[in-house]
Amino acid sequence: MRHTLSIVVENHYGELARIVGLFSARGYNIESLTVAETLDPSVSCVTLVTSGDDRTIEQIVKQVNKLVRVLHVEDLTGSSHFEREMVLINVRTESHTALHTVLSLVANDHCNVAEVMEDGLIIEATGEWKEINALVQKLVPFGIRHIVRTGTVAVCKHPGEQITSLVGTIASSGQDLQHRGTE
Amino acid sequence: MPLATIDDRAPAAPAPVTPAAPEMRGARLLLEALVREGVDTVFGYPGGAVLHIYDELANMKSQLRHVLARHEQGAIHMAEGYSKATGRVGVVLVTSGPGATNTITGIANAYMDSTPLVIITGQVPRKMIGTDAFQEVDTIGITRPCTKYNYMVREAREIPAIVREAFYLAGTGRPGPVLIDIPKDVTAEKAPFVYPTELRLPGYRPSLKADQQQIEAALERVLAAERPVLYVGGGIIHSGASDELLQLAEALHIPVTPTLMGLGCFPSAHPQCLGMLGMHGTYCANMAVSESDLLLAIGVRFDDRVTGRLDTFARGAEIVHIDVDDSSLSKNVRAHWAIVADAKSAMQQMLDALAAHAAPLSPQRLDSWWKQIETWQVRAPLVYLDSSDKIKPQQLCEKLHRMTDGKAIIATDVGQHQMWIAQYYGFREPRQSLTSGGLGAMGYGFPAALGAQLAFPDRQVIAFVGDGGFQMTAQELATAVQYGANLKIIIMNNNSLGMVRQWQEIFYDRNYSHVNMEWTPDFVKLAEAYGATGLRARHPSELHSVLEKGLSTPGVVVIDVIVEVEENVFPMVPPGGGISDMVLE
Repeated sequence: MRHTLSIVVENHYGELARIVGLFSARGYNIESLTVAETLDPSVSCVTLVTSGDDRTIEQIVKQVNKLVRVLHVEDLTGSSHFEREMVLINVRTESHTALHTVLSLVANDHCNVAEVMEDGLIIEATGEWKEINALVQKLVPFGIRHIVRTGTVAVCKHPGEQITSLVGTIASSGQDLQHRGTE
Repeated sequence: MPLATIDDRAPAAPAPVTPAAPEMRGARLLLEALVREGVDTVFGYPGGAVLHIYDELANMKSQLRHVLARHEQGAIHMAEGYSKATGRVGVVLVTSGPGATNTITGIANAYMDSTPLVIITGQVPRKMIGTDAFQEVDTIGITRPCTKYNYMVREAREIPAIVREAFYLAGTGRPGPVLIDIPKDVTAEKAPFVYPTELRLPGYRPSLKADQQQIEAALERVLAAERPVLYVGGGIIHSGASDELLQLAEALHIPVTPTLMGLGCFPSAHPQCLGMLGMHGTYCANMAVSESDLLLAIGVRFDDRVTGRLDTFARGAEIVHIDVDDSSLSKNVRAHWAIVADAKSAMQQMLDALAAHAAPLSPQRLDSWWKQIETWQVRAPLVYLDSSDKIKPQQLCEKLHRMTDGKAIIATDVGQHQMWIAQYYGFREPRQSLTSGGLGAMGYGFPAALGAQLAFPDRQVIAFVGDGGFQMTAQELATAVQYGANLKIIIMNNNSLGMVRQWQEIFYDRNYSHVNMEWTPDFVKLAEAYGATGLRARHPSELHSVLEKGLSTPGVVVIDVIVEVEENVFPMVPPGGGISDMVLE
């Protein structure tokens, strides 16, 4: 079964490699992985989608928790949370018919045309991974030239105190957010 | 933030700079920090990237003894032996590239067997990292999966705090190896020596006390059991919990079976000790576990060599598992009661709960269980056939027990000799048995024994090795002689890779494939070439006198004991079998 884990980790040299290495060394699957810093620049949050039976997921959570710099691990699957994934699809629209069909499809599926080219469109869509899968399936017949998915990010609807204190607080040493974005 | 830059942020918390702190170069900061951590011995091997450190080491001879190994693998196994025998953190110092890679076997070994080590590796200068420089290797990348943690030092001022953290991580919780990789130019850079007063490790919270309710509930189950077994391992030794174990076992009058890593944590000669369990454990221990209705497992990890086939392991037992490492709980075998705690604290809590218990325990409550256990003991005790013309390895191990009164520190490699010592030596105390359990590394025993001997110069220390394993690290004879070690090396010489030979005999229809050492050196002459004493015993009639002479001759003595080649280790759980399906002979 698919599980979405939220991992809060100190933003130190090599920590992402440690997490990824743990998965490959123990034969666990990574279906998607996203990472970025939180309000506190010394702390990063990883959203990792994996799969396995309950026993495997329990072991994964324990193994990740054991990593020295990992501050918190939570299996979001089964608790109330919100997931999103973004995709950029470069789809062929060489004929007028194709262009029209794709545009109507895009309108129905609440996604955006990010760029219009002579022979194709770049479609930008955000949704749950299943919705993204469905969209991709619909566009395949037109000819997808390039596609990039971000992988799932997930946020708790009712996070515990611990998560909030780790990722939702601007550290006293934290710089101004706008500045940090340009680093 | 792009993925690649997660690594580039947040330098380690800098030590506060006070004006009074003296400036010194990184190399000195490192050694001063080691002294602060109470280190007295460093096992190492110099090289280009650690030249500054060795330069400073020469100035600190009164505080730090350096033991010059002949190969970095030797150095790290010495540190492991030192650590396993003393309970302190072992320290290794090697250069970059091959110096670091030669320690990998030892690092992986220490990781598997939870041995606390701090390994310091040199690295090429910061500006040359990533350029495929001479003797450059990605030590951090290579050791990430086999260390508890590792550090790349980026500035000299970080050194004291990193050393402090490294020792703390290595020695606490489930112990393990921690590596510090230091670029050469960092060891030349000057910075003030400020030793941190507190550690900042918010994600690392080793558990100590068990949840009291869990302990009480588990104890109720133990007391309600009719066929309980106490299964104990290396965790007892790491947490120094042998006294608590003895008290608890005696109070409950419950049978005890130690793992290979737990040998000595409970006295082998104790009437409640069933002997080791697992693949080459006693029939009695394995049957007791298989038929138990409650397994109280403390400081163990349900290793495959213990459990055999998982779906038949202790099928009817309720399992109470106590371990300091949460990820060991329910990893291989689902525990009904999974308790994260240090073994010592948890057993003390259990003893306290037991003392508070209203009804005193009836000494007869487990009588029928003990009767059953006795029938297994009688049915298949450990036995071997004596021979009039060939020395039997089991006979050698028993003799060694008698001649050392069971009090020697004994280090082994992996294989037949290791199993026979485990079966026949009869360890009395914790930290007497030094062995490569999880990784099963040949070449470990001799240098590990040397490390232990250098820690305890007045104790009887024996390297008990096979002829195969000894040849993997035999060059350390030079180290042993150089440092005046009073070390006895007993080679159980069957002129073959015995355990592999045994498997080829039993499971591959005697298709012996590359297990016979068709050429081995004359170990007596080899010893002499190194300036050690060499002795040999070929016949049972001379075994006693040769051992007696060898054990009483001061200095490094190699005793080459030629044993029966065809002898196999029994009883045995065949691969893929359940532990109640033992092959007895």
